[in-house]
Amino acid sequence: MVLRVSIKKKLRDFTLDVDFAVRDEIFALLGASGCGKSMTLKCIAGIETPDAGKIILNGRTLFDSEKKINLPPQARRAGYLFQNYALFPNMTVAENITFAATGDKFSKLKENIARFQLDGLENAYPAQLSGGQQQRVALARVLTSHAEILLLDEPFSALDSHLKWQLELQLADIFKFYGAAIFVSHDRGEVYRLADTVAVMHNGAIDTLDKKREVFQNPKTLAAAVLTGCKNISPAKKISDDFLFAEDWNLTLTAENIPDDLKFVAVRAHDLQFQNAAGVNSFRLQIKKVVEDTSRFVVVFDNNIRAEIVERPDLEKFFVHFPPDRIILLCR
Amino acid sequence: MPLIITLKTAAAATLITFFAGIFLAYFVVKLKRGKTFVDAVIMLPMVLPPTVVGFFLLLLFGKRSPVGQFFLQFDISFVFTWKAAVIAAVVVSLPLMYRTTRGAFEQLDPNIIYAAQTLGVSEWKIFWHILIPNAKQGIFAGLVLSFTRAMGEFGATIMFAGNVPGKTQTMSTAIYAAVQANDYDSAFKWAALLALFSLIFIYAMNLFVRHKV
Repeated sequence: MVLRVSIKKKLRDFTLDVDFAVRDEIFALLGASGCGKSMTLKCIAGIETPDAGKIILNGRTLFDSEKKINLPPQARRAGYLFQNYALFPNMTVAENITFAATGDKFSKLKENIARFQLDGLENAYPAQLSGGQQQRVALARVLTSHAEILLLDEPFSALDSHLKWQLELQLADIFKFYGAAIFVSHDRGEVYRLADTVAVMHNGAIDTLDKKREVFQNPKTLAAAVLTGCKNISPAKKISDDFLFAEDWNLTLTAENIPDDLKFVAVRAHDLQFQNAAGVNSFRLQIKKVVEDTSRFVVVFDNNIRAEIVERPDLEKFFVHFPPDRIILLCR
Repeated sequence: MPLIITLKTAAAATLITFFAGIFLAYFVVKLKRGKTFVDAVIMLPMVLPPTVVGFFLLLLFGKRSPVGQFFLQFDISFVFTWKAAVIAAVVVSLPLMYRTTRGAFEQLDPNIIYAAQTLGVSEWKIFWHILIPNAKQGIFAGLVLSFTRAMGEFGATIMFAGNVPGKTQTMSTAIYAAVQANDYDSAFKWAALLALFSLIFIYAMNLFVRHKV
């Protein structure tokens, strides 16, 4: 499976301009809401039309503005899972699943009812189903059609968190079976657990595109750092080869390989260490607030730096250590 | 006699309005440009005084207009005939059918249509198996409203079809004629009958709609 996308579309607040290829992998578009990630998916499916560009799936041109090709959604073979599942309200579960099926409808229905644990619900209507069941029906419906690629728009956003996990495991299996999918999400955890490749989107453009480990461990842009969950980010200036000044935190830090065009410095909340004595990159900071979270404590210091620790801190002040190898340097 | 003519006219007009209204609703919903303009043209007969609608129809289908000339070649004339009563009823009831159906189409989550499209379902099948079944209630409401409107049509009918007893005289024009002739008994009879019929239809519609919800 190869999908090449290179499209432009003028939107109200910005211009969507993306260029990427997906090859037998699970590809995630990670971005804040309104960054154009869902619009990208809709353009691939043919629900929206780009102003210019090309979309090619397995050698078939789905869209080409120069050659004036614009296949209708029916002819694109791109299975789309909608955020609200969009089941046909006038049809039963069985009718929903088989409505667009080709070939042996009965065996496809049986297979998918079993795969998605929908036994006994064949004659129920969508309004009678829970969110999780609706999503499973929607997935079954896509899998019985002739889709060559799966497109999923925020597949878990409408689900309770306890349902999410089970469905995520199931989706991971489907991805393995299907081999290729693009999914859109703003949830970094979801993206990390499910995707192979991550494209971070920001204001209609792809900001970073890389293997997921690289994007999460070593973000290179501000947007990537924010979206991968970095809590501490400050504008920064290079002072010398070994020193930089973090403006918001009012700290001078030691780091490795500081680039000349340094713009921001970032450090993840769980990478900060607590010490009792001063040392390299250790600063005595005043605690402003301690917030108890489900499995840890979030400590907010006077200069708004956030750290996460497992046990409640018993002191007013701490030496906070910024491990030099954990300091993230961003040039844009 | 006016009762039969009224029911016949309303039935024939509603049959045309039913299909034309659904078609126009689907057409306008699908339109990408000029939606507001087309909508305004279709809705015009509802906001214009019926006499104006009747006058325009008289001009359009009159013997001197190109349309009238065209039909004359086949020996068909409209003015002051039963056909004219049907046309008048269609024009004034169409906006109700069109608007109610369009509202029902637009209430449907667009993602449901997109989902069907991405699954490879043809537009024809989407129309018959998704759009129509899910808009059933609105279509039925539009049907009843159009029928009752067609049944009570007066202004455009009297302008365009006249008030020929036994031919184009409907219940509402009969009431007018009766009052003019100071025959209040007949006027009351037709008025009561018309009110009764309309009430029954609207009541049936409410029952149906409530039953479905």
